Amino acid sequence: MSLDKPYMDVPGTTIFDADMSRQGYHLNQFCMSLMKAENRARFKADERAYLDEWPMSEEQKQAVLDRDLNRCIQLGGNIYFLAKIGATDGKSFQQMAGSMTGMSEDAYRDMMVKGGRSIEGNRYTGEKK
Amino acid sequence: MARITASVYTSHVPAVGAALDLGKTGEAYWQPVFKGYEFSKQWEQEQKPDVIFLVFNDHATAFSLDFIPTFAIGTAAEFIPADEGWGPRPVPKVIGHPKLAAHIAQSVIQDDFDLTIVNKMDVDHGLTVPLSLMFGQPQAWPCPVIPFAVNVVQYPVPSGRRCFMLGKAVRKAIYSYDEPLNVQVWGTGGMSHQLQGPRAGLINKEFDTKFLDRLIDDPEGLAGMPHIDYVREAGSEGIELVMWLIARGAMGDTDGGKKPTVRHRFYHVPASNTAVGHLILENN
Repeated sequence: MSLDKPYMDVPGTTIFDADMSRQGYHLNQFCMSLMKAENRARFKADERAYLDEWPMSEEQKQAVLDRDLNRCIQLGGNIYFLAKIGATDGKSFQQMAGSMTGMSEDAYRDMMVKGGRSIEGNRYTGEKK
Repeated sequence: MARITASVYTSHVPAVGAALDLGKTGEAYWQPVFKGYEFSKQWEQEQKPDVIFLVFNDHATAFSLDFIPTFAIGTAAEFIPADEGWGPRPVPKVIGHPKLAAHIAQSVIQDDFDLTIVNKMDVDHGLTVPLSLMFGQPQAWPCPVIPFAVNVVQYPVPSGRRCFMLGKAVRKAIYSYDEPLNVQVWGTGGMSHQLQGPRAGLINKEFDTKFLDRLIDDPEGLAGMPHIDYVREAGSEGIELVMWLIARGAMGDTDGGKKPTVRHRFYHVPASNTAVGHLILENN
């Protein structure tokens, strides 16, 4: 019998559940390694070589190299772990969050100042806006 | 006998900590946020709590994916502010209360809540930002803190009902402690926000307002709200709000006492990606 996952129809949202965590374990642990300054330095010096030390899938490595956070999340990444890549790159959390929305940094910041993204039209996939 | 005099609820947005640490509190963007805590800082000076039981969540700092405890109580003598990748926050180290923490662990586990006991843990913005908001920038925090970490990062997180019941068990544990301590219970995180995916930036003021109303007047009913309502309505990271129900469950009216008094209520959008909510309830 399959598990109850009522959150699969929330638009633009991937819930980091036990199954995603299983798929993303090494990707997220790689991110965690960037908490140490010496690891950040080694990663920056040769990203590909550093990633090759981890038993991650090729798709996961490429998504990290591309800094494609949406793809990282599809492949089991969790935003709090992925944030360590952003910190290594000197990016703020707002810049990282904004990068996943297809909006420019300024447009995203303006949207937040004006009260954020509206819930209307954003509850269910396929819902009319 | 120890007693719980009040509960405090607040968001723990990391950018708020950064604004404080970098001296940006006077900027137009941040002024309204910090203004909302001016009363709270004054109130804390009058309240002089002896211990704070601080419910928060770790954000992939102390806990990687190697261990994912649902409920973890910090029983150490001290906790060091963590380096989350931008360098540690320049805030005092957090002094624990191992004796009370061990007492609570023993009592709550015997009440069927299977806590993980943590004797070594660095604490991230989830814990230190609320301390900064409530106490400002002192050389040392004014009292010991018992960190209580809840998993709200990997689903399923504990239900609102479970958190509310846990709060009641924490209350029972504190009231069975012999020393006459003035204890506050804090619930942190939230309010509506989503940090991931194309829906990032979601804010739902209507949900947040109703959540605050129900937390005050109908916590039992609010505890029955399913996870999916948090996720859909308050954003994937809005689920942090279940932690507020632990603090609410520790108030006297859940145990046959009078309703608490609302001493302060504040709401503001935005702080970075997040809606900031704040509430102080005093026991009667």
